[in-house]
Amino acid sequence: MSDIAAPRSSTRSRSLKGGGRNRSGQTNFELYSWLFMRLSGLALVVLVLGHLFTNLMLGGGITALDFGFVAGKWANPLWQVWDLLMLWLAMLHGSNGMRTIINDYAEKDQTRFWLKALLITAAIVIVVLGTLVIFTFDPCLDPSSTLSVCK
Amino acid sequence: MVPGSGLSSDRRIGLPSKPRIIPPGTLYRGHEGMWSWVAHRITGVGIFFFLLVHVLDTALVRVSPEAYNEVIGTYKNPVVGLMEVGLVGAILFHAFNGIRLILVDFWAKGPRHQRKLMIAVGIIWVVLFVPFVIRHLSHVFGG
Ligand code: HEM
Ligand code: HEM
Repeated sequence: MSDIAAPRSSTRSRSLKGGGRNRSGQTNFELYSWLFMRLSGLALVVLVLGHLFTNLMLGGGITALDFGFVAGKWANPLWQVWDLLMLWLAMLHGSNGMRTIINDYAEKDQTRFWLKALLITAAIVIVVLGTLVIFTFDPCLDPSSTLSVCK
Repeated sequence: MVPGSGLSSDRRIGLPSKPRIIPPGTLYRGHEGMWSWVAHRITGVGIFFFLLVHVLDTALVRVSPEAYNEVIGTYKNPVVGLMEVGLVGAILFHAFNGIRLILVDFWAKGPRHQRKLMIAVGIIWVVLFVPFVIRHLSHVFGG
């Protein structure tokens, strides 16, 4: 595997002092990004494993998933907030991880630029779409809905 | 240079505490830190692409109940059911290996217990994954 190129991500600075810049004159972006990966990772353990447990293990598991299941869940603000946090944190964490990987493997500046442009575009589209879906969800699209809001 | 050779980002690497002789001709080469780093990366990318598709399929709840039910129906198909097993296996690894990385970075004694932490990740993975597979597959194959 010796043909794998060396990671090119900039060495992370651990200095927090210096007016937003460290001694070598860089900003601390990589430090914050490194910290964010760890903090969001901890939150995602609970959010994602909880999501998988409620949707795949409880009740009928995968066989019980349908429009009515989603309507039932999103009738509860807890699950709306849960999914919203999971969406944002997983997308920021995942996109930030993909950024590191692009830095590691894309050799040419041009290639890196376009890959990152694609990544940012995809991330924004997905986060905006997912957020709108949670907030504009209409359980009464289903005529046989038994939720009280639809009566 | 090989990722994991210690020259770039050493925190990803589980350096064994004593030098070990690697027997020739085995499939396994390099340190545990090498393959766990590669696996962390591959699982991270896999989960990311799943999530992109997953938000799109969930968005069908805004189109119509029928459209959503039809697409979520494919999740119940046996072949897709097996892919879900792979996805959950990947997430369980990424999550607990991620916690290991965090412990190595923030817990003063973390770096000293590299090997034990790796073994703990393996044990937790098996303990959560095996019951999951049994229950999930019994749903998928109509238990
Ligand atoms: C379940 C809880 C999770 C934990 C504890 C976790 C933890 C971590 C940690 C600690 C890193 C290392 C960052 C670094 O090396 O600086 C990382 C990297 C990464 N994670 Fe996660 N993560 C989780 C969930 C996710 C999810 C849901 C995704 C996808 C949407 C994801 C995608 C990635 C990617 C692409 C990387 C970059 C890998 C690399 O640079 O080699 N992770 N994760
Ligand atoms: C096979 C495994 C999975 C199944 C069957 C599944 C199923 C579902 C279902 C039924 C919903 C609708 C709302 C709800 O139940 O809360 C949903 C939403 C969601 N899921 Fe999953 N999920 C799976 C895995 C994942 C994973 C691994 C992640 C994160 C990396 C994830 C992230 C999300 C997010 C962010 C939403 C909200 C989408 C939106 O904002 O429109 N899911 N999922």
